[in-house]
Amino acid sequence: MAETKKSFIDRVWDFLCSLKLAIVLVLLLALTSIIGTVILQNGSPAAYIREYGQANYELFKKLQFIDMYHSTWFIGILALFSINLICCSIKNFPRVWRFVKQPTLIASPGIFNGSANRAEFSCKGSKQQVAEKISSVIAKEFAKTTLSEKDDKLYLFAQKGIYSRFGAYITHVSILIIMAGAVIGNFWGYKAYVNIVEGSSINQVSTRNGVPIDLGFTVRCDDFDVSYYPNSNRPKDYNSDLVILEDGKEVVHKRIEVNDPLTYKGIKFYQSSYGSAGNGFFKIKATEVATGKVFEVEAHQGKNVQLSNGYSFAVTNFTENDRNFGPAIQLHVNSPDGNHGAPFVVWQNHPTIDSKRGGAFSFALLGYDQPFFTGLQVAKDPGVNIVWAGCFLIVFGSLTAFFFSHKRIWVSLEDDGKKIKVKMAGNAHRNQPGFALAFDEIQQQVETTAKNSSPKKEG
Amino acid sequence: MDSGQLFNFTTIAYFTAMVLFFAYIATKNKTVAFIATLVSLAGFLIQTTALGLRWYESYQILGVDGRAPLTNLYESVVFFAWSILLIYLLMDWKYKQRTIGAFVLPIALFSMLWAQMSLHSSIDPLVPALQSNWLTYHVITCFLGYAGFAVAFGVSIMYLMKIGKEEKHQGDEPMGGILGMFPPTKVLDDMNYKAIMIGFPLLTLGIVTGAAWAYYAWGTYWSWDPKETWSLIVWFLYAAFLHARFTRGWVGRRAAWLSVIGFAATLFCYLGVNLVLSGLHSYGSA
Ligand code: HEM
Repeated sequence: MAETKKSFIDRVWDFLCSLKLAIVLVLLLALTSIIGTVILQNGSPAAYIREYGQANYELFKKLQFIDMYHSTWFIGILALFSINLICCSIKNFPRVWRFVKQPTLIASPGIFNGSANRAEFSCKGSKQQVAEKISSVIAKEFAKTTLSEKDDKLYLFAQKGIYSRFGAYITHVSILIIMAGAVIGNFWGYKAYVNIVEGSSINQVSTRNGVPIDLGFTVRCDDFDVSYYPNSNRPKDYNSDLVILEDGKEVVHKRIEVNDPLTYKGIKFYQSSYGSAGNGFFKIKATEVATGKVFEVEAHQGKNVQLSNGYSFAVTNFTENDRNFGPAIQLHVNSPDGNHGAPFVVWQNHPTIDSKRGGAFSFALLGYDQPFFTGLQVAKDPGVNIVWAGCFLIVFGSLTAFFFSHKRIWVSLEDDGKKIKVKMAGNAHRNQPGFALAFDEIQQQVETTAKNSSPKKEG
Repeated sequence: MDSGQLFNFTTIAYFTAMVLFFAYIATKNKTVAFIATLVSLAGFLIQTTALGLRWYESYQILGVDGRAPLTNLYESVVFFAWSILLIYLLMDWKYKQRTIGAFVLPIALFSMLWAQMSLHSSIDPLVPALQSNWLTYHVITCFLGYAGFAVAFGVSIMYLMKIGKEEKHQGDEPMGGILGMFPPTKVLDDMNYKAIMIGFPLLTLGIVTGAAWAYYAWGTYWSWDPKETWSLIVWFLYAAFLHARFTRGWVGRRAAWLSVIGFAATLFCYLGVNLVLSGLHSYGSA
């Protein structure tokens, strides 16, 4: 009984460790991810009903296709995928660790017979002498050697690139790190937005679902600017002067633009959009012709502005460019008895023309001011640095896994009474062809050195 | 001389090289193969110059707003061709298998032809979101990754053409004909793997730099927009390829098919998403 139970647990464990599961899950993630790129995500019900019909909309809702990357089933696959990665790493790590902790210093006959790269030769001299010679060649051409003795034979072992055995593990662990960072960001961070009208301030932002969040400090937008490329209406830059206030004191001041946010207390403010805040107003200079008295006033479009003696005027229209004469307004003057005067046009670039019209007042347009609001994306993500650490490791890990290999060379020396019999073997855990060339070279040098030196010693 | 003319010469060079590679397969003349490789290299150098020149021209046209030529569909397709040649020439240097050129150069040639004949090549100023160094790193790494997959694709096609015949082939004498000119299937299989080994870390880096850019521009490193998601799909596919290969023994034919599917997904990620789906990365509509 106990045994079948254990074997059940073993079976579950093996299943969770298995690469077959890994491949199935990775392919499943790839396939299901397509859904969310084809079906609109997080749209309004009306949008789905228009596109797919009521019945399909209900089906999508049931299958959680509306927000599929956060659906139970997709998160479930991701969770199983990480469990798979964890189990697989736990299972395989001891094997890799053994390479480091217990290198095979003494090669078994199996290694000498089974390796892809091997050689045998004999030479004269004493075991120790030959071993020393060989050892120095290998140390020079490959890596430092370790000498061991067993059953009257001498053994040499040298290795390079053992760390590359860890490449795959670093890669796998970094995937887990990235996921952990993402989860932390999801639980303890938020994404929100806020619009601030130039000159005003806020201390709350709202999430996409409209939930307000208190910042705990105040953000003021002193100025917003948008500049355009010459002769086009493509925005080139837009930026906002932001000030952070704590207890009424200015603590941070930064001009932010797209791709250059402001960070304060882990909360980032990104320039993301802008728009006009309410109606603009016109700065207008009105001169009473009879007295020469000057009024400088601000006029909103469509609103009556009082002058003197019961006269008033209203701006009724505005254009940025009137027939190449530049910015212009259309306005009319109301006389004290309430009569609308005839409308006329005033050009900003030609301030004296209106005095020739011959009314009670002459007008000049000094400027036009359009207040903007700046649209800020506000994000707090305490997991992001963990994600970046994971990203760094994943690149580092996969490069290590692919482009470096663990290479080992073994030598044994045996004195059969007349000669020293030398056996060599080597292997690499990847890029075998490259190692084969290197091995041949080393082996040749070892052989010539071992053979050349021995007669000298005797003579 | 402007960069447009140099790109024309590039296209001509790639076309010539392709024809020469075909001629090599037909004639088995090694000199032809050598000249074809030289012409490819010349095309690559001309294209490199052209890219540099276009970069310079952007400063002449846009003043201080000049930028690396990696910002619209035209420029990306041209850069794709350049990346393919870079990876191809590196693999040629290592493996000296000249017939590969006949299957890789057409991809670069078609990219150049498409870019020059039907894409909008003017140097336009950038919208603010694209004014970021991360964009440059992102595009370079992604496209070098794509290029690795393109070379793997070309090699896999050769593998699939050859393996069917090889299995039917009887006797010990080497296979004759065109397929006999192809590298041994074992070499093709190995090159497929190597090219993906180059492409995979680069794509990883491409996704990471893209995430970094999105983070600086919009405050989210990942938002599951279609382009991002498709790059992840491609990444998953090649990760499956790697694992299936060394543990479940998916070498040879199955590995070649996975590589073909992977490249199809890569192309969809690159072009399909812009042309078929919509999203943030919508420069494809230009
Ligand atoms: C998309 C996610 C994954 C990526 C990017 C990834 C990446 C890698 C890389 C780069 C290697 C080294 C490849 C090579 O040696 O040719 C590797 C090896 C390996 N992977 Fe993954 N892997 C992923 C998922 C998984 C999962 C879920 C498992 C769980 C079973 C797994 C199990 C293994 C094993 C057993 C090895 C061989 C280890 C060794 O050589 O010592 N991988 N992986």
